[in-house]
Amino acid sequence: MDATSNPRQTLPVIDRILIGIGAVITFGVIPLAGSDYLMDAVLTPFLALALAAAGLNVLTGYAGQVSLGSAAFLAVGAYAAYNLHLRLPELPLLLDLVLAGLVAAAIGIVFGLPSLRLRGFYLAVSTLAAQFFVQWALTKFGWFSNDNPSGVIDAPALTIAGYSFTSAAGRYLFSLAVVTVATILTLLLLQSQTGRNFIAVRDHEIAAKVIGVPLLRTKLLAFGVSSFLIGVAGVLWAFAYLRTVEPAGFNLDRSFQILFIIIIGGLASLRGAFLGAAFIVVFPLILSRLGAALLGGVFDSGVLEMSQRIVIGALIIAFLIAEPRGLIALWDRFRAASAAWTGLRKTFPATDTSRS
Amino acid sequence: MRFRHLKFALGVVGVLAFAGAPAVHADEQFFPLQSYRVGPYAAGGTGFFGGFIDYLNLINIRDGGVNGVKLTWDEGETQYEVERGVEVYERLKNRLGVAAWNPLSVGIAYAMIDRITKDKVPLITVNHGRTDSTDGRVFPYVFPLLLNPYSETSGIVNYIASREGGVDRLKDKKIVVLYHGSPYGKETIPIYKLLADKYHFSVEQIEVPHPGNEQQSQWLSIRRAKPDYVVLRGWGVMNPVALKTAQKVGFPADHIIGNVWSNSEEDVIPAGDAAKGYIAITTQASGAEYPVLQEVIKTVYGAGKGNLDDKKRIGSVYHNLGIVNGILNVEAIRIAQAKFGERTLTGDEVRWGFEHLQLNPARVEALGAKGLFHSINVTWDNHEGDGRVTFQQWDGAKWKVVSDWIAPDRASLRPIIEKSAAAYAREHGITPRTSGDDPVSQ
Repeated sequence: MDATSNPRQTLPVIDRILIGIGAVITFGVIPLAGSDYLMDAVLTPFLALALAAAGLNVLTGYAGQVSLGSAAFLAVGAYAAYNLHLRLPELPLLLDLVLAGLVAAAIGIVFGLPSLRLRGFYLAVSTLAAQFFVQWALTKFGWFSNDNPSGVIDAPALTIAGYSFTSAAGRYLFSLAVVTVATILTLLLLQSQTGRNFIAVRDHEIAAKVIGVPLLRTKLLAFGVSSFLIGVAGVLWAFAYLRTVEPAGFNLDRSFQILFIIIIGGLASLRGAFLGAAFIVVFPLILSRLGAALLGGVFDSGVLEMSQRIVIGALIIAFLIAEPRGLIALWDRFRAASAAWTGLRKTFPATDTSRS
Repeated sequence: MRFRHLKFALGVVGVLAFAGAPAVHADEQFFPLQSYRVGPYAAGGTGFFGGFIDYLNLINIRDGGVNGVKLTWDEGETQYEVERGVEVYERLKNRLGVAAWNPLSVGIAYAMIDRITKDKVPLITVNHGRTDSTDGRVFPYVFPLLLNPYSETSGIVNYIASREGGVDRLKDKKIVVLYHGSPYGKETIPIYKLLADKYHFSVEQIEVPHPGNEQQSQWLSIRRAKPDYVVLRGWGVMNPVALKTAQKVGFPADHIIGNVWSNSEEDVIPAGDAAKGYIAITTQASGAEYPVLQEVIKTVYGAGKGNLDDKKRIGSVYHNLGIVNGILNVEAIRIAQAKFGERTLTGDEVRWGFEHLQLNPARVEALGAKGLFHSINVTWDNHEGDGRVTFQQWDGAKWKVVSDWIAPDRASLRPIIEKSAAAYAREHGITPRTSGDDPVSQ
């Protein structure tokens, strides 16, 4: 549930049951019955980008700081984990993962410093510096890619305590576990005083200062937490999904993609990050498969690709007109309506009223 | 909160079940195509994959397939992006009778090396790819056919030497390499340094970030450096922009030498006058006068099944490269069929075919491709196959060949390739094969 709507709300029984069923299916049924394609090409990138979007949502949705540097922090996470694994092979992979997140957090805090003076568009432009600097540094200094001439690194196999996650199901489960733990921890953080500080800073900076919210600490913490999550997502992207990385894969387009995920999914909502990632990552694939199956014989793949872009663009506009607060608000409205119709619940919060 | 994304997942499963049910026929050989028809590299993608498909169509229509085995294919759009290429790989890898992968992207090829090695299906990177995959002892399934990046570099440097009057005249010359900011572009950085040390010329390598539609600062650096030659290691829109910017800063076009991905009509026509006199290396001639092209025009385009929308592009450099790539893939299947039988082959059997892909000039002539490309001689440990190169000059309307078929200086490159491959084998725990007859154990 959104931390903003009712932080200490206990979940209704039906939701608990649904979460239980969901956990059984995501952790049990899909790895056993799902195809390699579903896990390797659809769900693993979905999980990585959803986590990155959750990270950006902490910064942008909750704490109100706009950032265009997400892809840079993905890259920092991926390259940090690669170098930690390469240069300190005795460290276990999970520790590499956490340390890579911390490296990304440190870089994020450095590039978060301008947020103390800059707001809105000006801050967005200053985070572009992170985007360009990181990509430049990774290309310029061969050390980061172990002097590989093409600048491409091969990610090592995922191995934890002697068990190797080499199958598609293994990589999917690994990503799912990491994303689940990270999401739960983020949720707890957002429901704590810190989370309320984030929202206070977003809604009215001066008022927040007056009531005693430490602005410096809160803003930098938001940058740190956000970059940590995005860095971990970068490790998943590189190690579990692509299994090879080049700096150009983390360009500005990727930053925009993550920003669009949270705008379309819904700001200040972790569920929104997942819904948005599903829309941006999974939906084009479904559309592409459908298009190829229905019209593949008639048009070539270029024409199909162009028409998909038009369809997706039109859908984004339609969604945002129907509900500017994103898919998650649309979803909540739909649930409230269906609950009212079935009479299961009388007071489901239809909209999130705490947003300014 | 998991159940929401689960619903999505179930939706995906439903769609996949609906979309992923190919019709199963006996005796088909399938080519999964990771093509790109939109984005900054669409000119290369449409030409190459158009030529490839045209040739496969020719074999199906004219011969009824390879010894009766029909060739089939399916395209997935990648836009030259690695993650889309990986998605298409996962989408198409389980189709029946996959013959070989031809991604035409170094980034995608790198991401696929582990995957195809595990799945035992050949990966063809004609004229590009990872150089050390030439060493078939370490990379049993990867084939940088005709020309790997190091051979190309050696060919270009030798050509510059011949214009200067011999390799000893390279001394104290200055060469700038303007390269595309991608794995493909960076692949040759070490070999240019090495050749510069060997022949005592100085080299400066300047990167153009992808996609390369703005090069003012790079060309100002070039003007400051005053090189004798500029090697253009470009791709897509970067090439015409480079030629136009060179004209703006006053660098003569006939001292710019294009590499094998900067040698097409699509690279020079948009540059207009600025491209006149520009020289580029190639492994296959352009033009539609070759018998195989004439048959493609008559049989495939005559039947309305041609892949290129613009018929003027028939016989262009990328289209002809696609045709040559089609010839190489089809002949590998034919050679493998002679050993394993005239049926749908496994990826590993097709790998055997590629490792015995020996087309001498007489066989090339019989295939109707005399003059289109020279010859190829792939063996189990040499996956490049000693392709020959030639140089062509743009006269404002078409490419004119200005050299013979030249063999790059491969003997001096082989030790570098073997060293790099050995390092890869160590890192990945691979025991190099000692003979081509071994079953590949991975």
